[in-house]
This record gives sequence, structure tokens and C-alpha cells, in this order.
Amino acid sequence: MTNDIIISGFGGQGVMAIGKTLTEAGMKEGKEVSWLPSYGPEMRGGTANCSVVLSDELIVSPIVLEPSELIAMNLPSLIKFEPTVKKGGTIFVNSSVVDQKVTRTDVRAVYVDCIKIAEELGNSKVANMVMLGAYIEAMKNLSTDTIKEMLVHMFTGPKAKLVDLNIEALKRGAACVK
Amino acid sequence: MAIVYQKSKGLTDKELHYCPGCTHGIVHKLVAETLEELGIIGTTIGVAPVGCSVFAYDYFSCDMHGAAHGRAPAVATGIKRVSPPGTTVFTYQGDGDLAAIGTAEIVQAAMRGEKITVIFINNAIYGMTGGQMAPTTLIGQKTTTSPLGRTKEHAGMPIKMCELLSTLDGCVYAERVCVTDIPNLNKAKKAIRKAFELQQQNAGLTFVEVLAACPTNWGKPPIKAVEWLKENMIPYYPLGVYKDSAEVK
Amino acid sequence: MEKELWKGNEAIAEAAIRAGCKYFFGYPITPQTEVPEYLSLHLPEIGGCFLQAESEVAAINMVYGAGGCGVRVMTSSSSPGISLKQEGITYLCGSEVPCVIINVMRGGPGLGTIQPAQGDYYQATRGGGNGDYRTPVLAPANVQEAADFVRMAFDIADIYRNPVMVLADGMIGQMMEAVEWHDIEKRELPAKPWATTGTQGKREHNVINSLYIQPEPCAEHNEKLEKKYKLIEEKETRYEEIDAEGCEVLFTAYGTTSRVCRAAMKLLADEGIKAGLFRPITVWPFPYAQLKKAAAQNSVKAVVVAELSLGQMIDDVKIALEGSKPISFIGKAGGLVPTPREVADAAKKAIGR
Repeated sequence: MTNDIIISGFGGQGVMAIGKTLTEAGMKEGKEVSWLPSYGPEMRGGTANCSVVLSDELIVSPIVLEPSELIAMNLPSLIKFEPTVKKGGTIFVNSSVVDQKVTRTDVRAVYVDCIKIAEELGNSKVANMVMLGAYIEAMKNLSTDTIKEMLVHMFTGPKAKLVDLNIEALKRGAACVK
Repeated sequence: MAIVYQKSKGLTDKELHYCPGCTHGIVHKLVAETLEELGIIGTTIGVAPVGCSVFAYDYFSCDMHGAAHGRAPAVATGIKRVSPPGTTVFTYQGDGDLAAIGTAEIVQAAMRGEKITVIFINNAIYGMTGGQMAPTTLIGQKTTTSPLGRTKEHAGMPIKMCELLSTLDGCVYAERVCVTDIPNLNKAKKAIRKAFELQQQNAGLTFVEVLAACPTNWGKPPIKAVEWLKENMIPYYPLGVYKDSAEVK
Repeated sequence: MEKELWKGNEAIAEAAIRAGCKYFFGYPITPQTEVPEYLSLHLPEIGGCFLQAESEVAAINMVYGAGGCGVRVMTSSSSPGISLKQEGITYLCGSEVPCVIINVMRGGPGLGTIQPAQGDYYQATRGGGNGDYRTPVLAPANVQEAADFVRMAFDIADIYRNPVMVLADGMIGQMMEAVEWHDIEKRELPAKPWATTGTQGKREHNVINSLYIQPEPCAEHNEKLEKKYKLIEEKETRYEEIDAEGCEVLFTAYGTTSRVCRAAMKLLADEGIKAGLFRPITVWPFPYAQLKKAAAQNSVKAVVVAELSLGQMIDDVKIALEGSKPISFIGKAGGLVPTPREVADAAKKAIGR
């Protein structure tokens, strides 16, 4: 089982963080993992993306040309990567900012109103965690418990209160998957 | 018999290769004596340049590095930053090395306030390669690459390193001296000693520019060369202290 | 042992610290900047020194000064910056000063691009500086190897009194993979009586220098260096073979490109073509004899060289094979990476399928 994932969006939307969280969670669950960012001028405000591979076997190449899953956090990302997604793959769309639908009929589309949900939770910064919750619910390739453990590890001291907020964000994202 | 004079322990027994009337030998002696007097030969690391003093690593009895052309302040930075506290580091550089190809290295080392001493020999010419124009060559001075004499229009005005470096906060001491006669030689010795003492106090980069004669490439006998230096170089490169922002404790 | 997720550049920096390197001199350039960034934070914590130099030229000369004092010291850069360091590298080799140099390659020539490339192969293996000198070059293909090779590089540098280069590329520098900080092979390291640590009045002065103005001593020095390089060739040549036994197509690639070849091998296997990989780990010394042996199998119909450059390592493959097998080439330069499909198709073409 191998997941070839592309996560793409504007700089500042947390696309690199979604990728890193998926990668680290995969590693903690004993999978082979790799995370490869696009880097360069696009990091300074334009569209950024990263490729994540989670696999039960040795990853020969970290470059994802045909993703099994695409997480499109903005419209340019959907336009750019939709045609590359494998037949039968899944496209996650941040419907808060992408006002178009997936046009392909041979893939599964999951729409997540990331920003609206995050704002309902009182912190727009967790929009990417909402998306992550949706991804894990749809793909069932990782356990949310692993992510929860990582959150506990990540937010300590005065930041510990962010753990529950992030877990709630994951749940609300999961609820978007039908 | 009482010994009234002997060679400094700061120098090796290697025979100097310098031309008759060249100033390098005198300045080597002053540096070596200073190291000996301060008792720091065993804890000093020197950096030799590319130019006529390229073999300085053979002449000083302390540990030495030979550096690529112009890079001595960078090499000295590396040495100083990794050596135990109390290690003295100096560079010995000519005008082509320091004021042309190595301008970036000396300016940046001075900006950082590297705790090193720089002995800068300014003889207004490239000696080792046979008398080409240096950035310090005077207006009107003929060299093999300014055969009709340097002009401001073509090559700009000669660079004044003491003045330039003294604008930098990290350069705590800059003095220009010459060694044309005993009073000046004594002043030069004092300046060199002060430069090393300030380094021992970790004050910052200390810089001593020595106006030097190059009889061979100037095409003058040694005495005439000294006269030429006094008449032509000193008016453009006035002697004196340009920066003295730290006190010797 | 626990696996940790590390970005390539940061793993390189951490590996240096774990190798006992306390000193780093460098200059920012994409895609290696995380190396100096990481060390600027962590070297002061261990009483070391990070210094951002005014240029790569100054940085490598600071390394020369520091290495001459006998400490473990490192610099890192990317292609255009490595060009600037060539002066220092030839001096380091001539003066026999050990150090580690990281090149996280990007596309060239000139300013090129910041995307991954392998266009500095000639520069790394032949030397971009003047004179007869060599630097051992270790080429990692993943982040784990980057972490391991940096530590190995410090040992090789100390054992042979020579700079050692770790030749990565933008992909390895930028990607994150799992790393285990396992022990590397423990090697016996020589003392450094030549280091300029101050005579303390107890010995003759030490001189770190590459100038031998008389031709006879200079020739003698060169012969001594050459003997050392021959010893390095004999002792330090490293390579890996993957599924090479009985293969029809033998890929030869290093670093990132070797990973693309492995993906291509899978595609070929699906089509019933057995492909193997010969991966030089040291690109200098190049494993000439080992490659020749792998290619000499009756099953091997063609050797396919893959590079992120337009035919540099292929020269070494030609030297190795001495015309014994057909060699074909697939490569891209300027920051693009050939796809596994393109590499597989090149292999099929090479064997007429």
C-alpha cells in the first residue's frame, strides 16, 4: 500500500505543515515515508506544494508525478494538479477558497469548508488541521490517535490548551467526509 | 664577551630572500622582537600572504600558515575563532594582497572586529610579480602596467587603507608608520607593540600600515628610494594614528 | 533505534555536530541554507563557532585556517558557491588540511536554477581548482545516507589529511525522511602533530602551506600526494549493487538519480525486463573495476547511465567498461528530473525492445 500525496496551496496556508504531520505520523506507524517540498521564490507568497509518500515498502523516489491523493488548498492548485491525479484517486478541496468543483468523474472529490469550520472553532489557524482530519477519515491509512499523540508532544506548557482545539479541528474535518 | 645585540628569537635562522634596501626585513624584525618581548612566540600563529613576503612563514619562528592571495584575514579569522583564548594571530600582507584582491577580506574582518593584528606593507607597487601598478600606486608613478604613469582618469586615486578601515567600529587601532630612519623606526615598533597588546586585550582588529621602499621595482638605489618615499608617499599617505578607540591596560 | 524525521540539510548539519565538528564557516545560498541556519543556532550551544563569512571565498579560507589548527571544521554551499570555493579547496589539498565540504547541487551553468541537479560532477571528481589534487567525494541517495556520510567524511578527512566532499543535490537537501542516528563504523584516527596550535616553546614551528617554490621539492610533494590518492582509491572506494545479478539492463547512477532508476526498474519488471542498478557511492574514487565486473555478466546487454546532467559521469563509465559493453545515456540538466517512465524507455531503447 502506497499513498502518493500532493498538498498544495498559498504560502501561509500550512500546506508544508499538513505534509510534515502526515509524514511524521506515517513514520510513527512504521511506514516508509518521504516529504519533498517545492522550494524557491514561490515560498514567498505564491503557490507552494509538497509531495508526501507513505508506503509499506521502500520508497524508491520521493517525487510524486501522479498523486493518489491531492489536497488543493487553493484554486491554482486544483487547476494545476487535478489532471495529474491517478484514476480512482481522491481530491480534497478547500471549498472555503475554491469556488469550483472537481470536473473529473474518475476520481473521488471531498469538499472541506476549512476556514469556516476553523473560524467556528475560534481560530482560523487550524484550517489545515480540519483538512488533515478529512484526509485521515477518508483514507483511513493513519490513526488519529497517532496525530493526537504528536499534538500532545508538540503543544506543551502554556500551549497545551491548543491540543483540544486541534483535536476538535480534526473531528470537524472528519465529519465533512461522506 | 657580553652580547649586546642578537637576532630575535621570533625569527628562524632561514636566510631572508629580500632585495637590498627592501623594508620587509626591518618590519619582520620589529614584529619578531615584539612577539619575543611580549613572551608570546609560543602562542602566536601568523599568516603569510602572497607577494614578496610570501615566504614569511619560513622566517617567523611561531606557527605559520601560508594563505591564498588576499585571503589572510579570512584564514586568520578561522585560526582565531578555533584557537584557545590567549592565542595571538597576525597577518602580514602587502598592498596588492590587502588593498586589491583581498579588500573584501580585510574590510569584513575589520567590520567583525576580529581579534587579530594586521601588518600592512604599503610600497605602492607589486613587488613579487615585477613592478606592476598597485591600488596604492601614486598618481604619475610609472610601473610596468602604468608605463606612462598612473592617472586618476584611468585608475582612480590611490586607496588609503588606514583612513578607510578607521571608519569601521571593529577596527580599534589604525596607525600609519614608516621605517626610513631611527625615530620613525622606533615609532613603528611602538605601534606594532601596541597593536599586539590591544589584541591581547581582545579589543578588536588592530592595523599597522608601514610605508615601505621597493628599490628594485621603483628602479632606484636604496637611499634614493627612501628619499622618494619621504618626498612622494608621505604627503599622500600622512603618517600618524588614524584610530585609537581602545586603551592599552 | 528510534526513527526521527529529518530534513536533509538539517540532518547534514546535525551529523557534523555528532561527528565532533564544532566549527562552521559558510555563506547563504539556496538550496543548502538550512545547514548554516541550523548550525548558527546549535554550534554556540556546544561552545563552538558558527560564522557567516562575507563570501564563499572567505568561508573556505576560514576553513583552511581552522582546519590547519587541527579542529574538525565544515563548510557547505551549493553549486555557484562551490565554484567560488575552488581556490580554497586546492590550497586545502596542497597543504593537506582536513575538512568537510558539502555541495547541495543546483542547476547551472552560472546562476542557473535552485532546483536539483548533478552538473558539478566534473568539478567534484576532477577538481575545479588548479593543480593535481583529488578530494574523496561521497554521494548520498537519501537523508539517512547524508547523515551517515557526513560523519564518515570527517573520519576520511582526518585519516588522509585531505578535504572530503559530500555531494548531495537540492532534492536530498530539501526533502524529509526518517533517520536513525545509529553508530557508524569506528575508525582509528591519527594524531595531528602538524597542527598550528602554538609552539609553546616546545617544538619547531609548524607551517601550513602549499608553496614549494623549487620544482624538485614541489614534484616530490606531488608524488607524495599521488601515493595518498592511490591509497584512498584502494581503501575508500564504495558502491552498491541492487538486483544487478543476472540483469539485462544495468543502470549506473548516483544520488537522487539512482532513486529514479530504481523506480524505472519496477516499471521494467512489470514488462518482464530484468534491470539492475550499479550505484557509485564514492564518485571519486570511482568504482571502475567493480562496475566493469558487474557489466561483464553475459546477461547484461546494455549499461544505461542516468544523470541530472548531460553526460558527465558517463566518462567514468566509459573508462570503467573499456568498450566492453554498449553504453547509452538518459539525463536532464537545469533542475528537471527525468521521470521513471523516461528512464525505463531509455533502457528499452538501449536493448532494442
